[in-house]
Amino acid sequence: MVLVLALGDLHIPHRAADLPPKFKSMLVPGKIQHIICTGNLCIKEVQDYLKSLCPDLHITRGEYDEETRCLETKTLTIGQFKLGLCHGHQVIPWGDLDSLAMLQRQLDVDILVTGHTHQFTAYKHEGGVVINPGSATGAYSSITYDVNPSFVLMDIDGLRVVVYVYELIDGEVKVDKIDFKKTTATTHSAH
Amino acid sequence: MMLNGAEDEEKWLAEGIAGIQHNAFYMHRALDSNNLREALKYSAQMLSELRTSKLSPHKYYDLYMRAFDELRKLEIFFKDEGKHGVSVVDLYELVQHAGNILPRLYLLCTVGSVYIKSKEAPAKEVLKDLVEMCRGVQHPLRGLFLRSYLAQVSRDKLPDIGSEYEGDADTVMDAVEFVLQNFTEMNKLWVRMQHQGPGRLREKREKERNELRDLVGKNLHVLSQIEGVDLEMYKETVLPRVLEQVVNCKDDLSQYYLMDCIIQVFPDEYHLQTLETLLGACPQLQPTVDIKTVLSRLMDRLSNYAASSADVLPEFLQVEAFAKLSNAIGKVIEAQVDMPAVGAITLYVSLLTFTLRVHPDRLDYVDLVLGACVKKLSSIPKLDDSRATKQVVALLSAPLEKYNDIVTALTLSNYPRVMDHLDNGTNKVMAMVIIQSIMKNNTCISTVDKVEVLFELIKGLIKDTDGADVDELDEEDFKDEQNAVARLIHMLYNNEPEEMLKIICTVRKHTMAGGPKRLPFTVPSLVFSALRLIRQLQGQEGDIVGEEVPATPKKIFQLLNQIIEDLSNVPSPELALRLSLQCAEAANDCDLEHVAYEFFTQAFVLYEEEIADSKAQVTAIHLIIGTLQRMNVFGVENRDTLTHKATGYSARLLKKPDQCRAVYACSHLFWVDDQDGIKDGERVLLCLKRALRIANAAQQMANVARGSSGPVTLFVEILNKYLYFFEKGNQQITGAAIQGLIELINTEKQNDSATPDSASDAFLASTMRYIQFQRQKGGIMGEKFESIKL
Repeated sequence: MVLVLALGDLHIPHRAADLPPKFKSMLVPGKIQHIICTGNLCIKEVQDYLKSLCPDLHITRGEYDEETRCLETKTLTIGQFKLGLCHGHQVIPWGDLDSLAMLQRQLDVDILVTGHTHQFTAYKHEGGVVINPGSATGAYSSITYDVNPSFVLMDIDGLRVVVYVYELIDGEVKVDKIDFKKTTATTHSAH
Repeated sequence: MMLNGAEDEEKWLAEGIAGIQHNAFYMHRALDSNNLREALKYSAQMLSELRTSKLSPHKYYDLYMRAFDELRKLEIFFKDEGKHGVSVVDLYELVQHAGNILPRLYLLCTVGSVYIKSKEAPAKEVLKDLVEMCRGVQHPLRGLFLRSYLAQVSRDKLPDIGSEYEGDADTVMDAVEFVLQNFTEMNKLWVRMQHQGPGRLREKREKERNELRDLVGKNLHVLSQIEGVDLEMYKETVLPRVLEQVVNCKDDLSQYYLMDCIIQVFPDEYHLQTLETLLGACPQLQPTVDIKTVLSRLMDRLSNYAASSADVLPEFLQVEAFAKLSNAIGKVIEAQVDMPAVGAITLYVSLLTFTLRVHPDRLDYVDLVLGACVKKLSSIPKLDDSRATKQVVALLSAPLEKYNDIVTALTLSNYPRVMDHLDNGTNKVMAMVIIQSIMKNNTCISTVDKVEVLFELIKGLIKDTDGADVDELDEEDFKDEQNAVARLIHMLYNNEPEEMLKIICTVRKHTMAGGPKRLPFTVPSLVFSALRLIRQLQGQEGDIVGEEVPATPKKIFQLLNQIIEDLSNVPSPELALRLSLQCAEAANDCDLEHVAYEFFTQAFVLYEEEIADSKAQVTAIHLIIGTLQRMNVFGVENRDTLTHKATGYSARLLKKPDQCRAVYACSHLFWVDDQDGIKDGERVLLCLKRALRIANAAQQMANVARGSSGPVTLFVEILNKYLYFFEKGNQQITGAAIQGLIELINTEKQNDSATPDSASDAFLASTMRYIQFQRQKGGIMGEKFESIKL
């Protein structure tokens, strides 16, 4: 059982002062094995905070990030799953599933995690799963109205991943979960 | 050769002890054989050891204790008249024949104890006699121990209320009188020690005096234990007499110790009721006395007393404790002109702590304390003592900690004035403390007035203060400060649009004064604050007629326009471009075509004139395309102008691959999946074909430059876009066209003599898988994909 925290679009300090207190009290160091962050933190302070939760931190560049040297896309393998990470402002139209599917094919990953729309989504399509953890601070978005703060916790176990989404709605943390199963184990392309 | 002083003392002490033991032995023999004469003789000899001048107080005490123990045995003997046959009255007279005065008086006190116990004379008379006789020993050390002995043996024989020694002739007053007199004499002796011996040994003397202080203080303790000393007596007699001695002795060691002793030994309710008298003594003390510590300890005790039970609080109000303490402190500070700043401020910190504990609801008191501090700070030219600065910070932090709600602190009119006296560095530190307090408590500041006060407090962060050396600014610190201010802006909020707009304008006023270095940090927060307000106002029918600035989206957009222009003048073009696009989208949602067009113009101008870095250009153009793709407010003409510009710039990016990607991204500008969205199949295809041409050109360039063509990734990307529009139903894209593209890709792959690129191969493979998957879907989609012959 491997726990992966997926979050992004915090937009601190431009659009939000801090993570919601209820989220902060849930996110304690030592419980999570990996953190993947879609981007738009935006300042080093936030990066340091995330690093304190878990040293294995992966970030991609959002268009407001102070740190401009981050990669545009990133791929990593956790257990039997290949994950892809990208902020998402590069994929036009923004939030369009088919365009995101193209990126997924290009990165050749089972799970693609992107952000930018501040809207939690989890889609399954032919090529795999596309997850958007939303905005962890509920930051303003030109794309989504009434953003609820949200983040995602993935539990990767063998060929199965359970995606838990935590959303702060009217002051209460609500949890939902979605199951995904891979049909075949990851093979390395033999060329 | 000089003998070591300490060694000498050890020797003398040993000699003294030997002397005592020697005489005690013979005294015991005399006691056993009921021989009074011998007993007196040897006890007198024994006591003569205490006549020494050679010992330090510490060693003298050792000798004294041994003598003390022996005298207890002697007292038992004295008490038993049957053994020695002499009446206590006669005995009292007999011991006065001892040769030297010190042994004489020790013996007299011992007999006196027996005498009082016998009740053959009123206690008060014996006590009075003894306390006066002790005057015969004026040597400080010996006199102190002698009187201490008197105090010890008389302790349980005072005519207190309810004691067996109370009678018609004896009253509590007599007991008090006795103790007061002994105390007074002991203090005089103690003070006299200061002036004994050469000046160079002053430190040593002070150390020795300190060792003896409890002997003097014990008397006060005894007074506090006397049952009959009630508040009345304390107020009328005890305190005035003690204070008289304290003030008149004019010795700083004694004054400090005794003032503190009084405070610790007597009950807090007494202090409350005699506050004026007690405090009245303070300015009369020697200037070198650390009166601030004394007062602080008094205030601490009273604070704890107040905290102990709610019932006592009215008493505090009744005696006007706050006013009295506050006046006393003022007088002390006035009187001690040389008191360093840190001393005065520490006093105010103690007073503030007291006030916050005892009268937390009296904000006017809190403000008064701050005001008094301001007055003091105004009289000194500059605060450059780091300890004093620390105390000022403590003063300012106390109300923040007490009232978790910063808004309360904002109502203290003297608060900003205290802050003004801090040096720039500390002022900023304090400003950060304030911001952190707000963040920690999630406080919302909701009116313009409070925002103004808040910004007054943190002005050191908002702008360059006069005299501040900008070069000294640490980059990291500066960033932290500005980010803190940026976060703070989100805590300024009011649900009422009119008030919220006023708040935004106020924040703008202050942040604009910050100068170019600060704007990139603070402007984004301000802009998003305004955008949130616009969204709140969206959909509200008609124009709201406000007082000065009506809160309408249009008005706010005008404001935003100016703000973003100020930002781009910094210059900060990339950020300004992003914010312009955000505003354009918001204007789109408000159905304001011209406003949206204006913002797009702004964005394009920034792109054209200011953004030169090729990487930055790529991101910027994608943001423009992405935003434009979502616009539905534009009429045909405006839309055409903007898309034309976007595609033009896309094709003119520096690197071919970037050009290619931007151009095919533009294809989405002509196809919006909404009901009423534009769906121009031809122009989509034109874009894709253009992208294809660029990809081809890129391959050729790579061939020429590197000897082999690059990976086919770009082609596969374009293929995916063909599939996208094919699926969406773009008639211009046929199965045949897709087929052709696939063939092209395969050809290119074969021509590529360089090592195969696994990434582009995997991409192609998954794309082909996708086509297969769609074919196998069946239905309309399946049919469609069937037309792609593989």
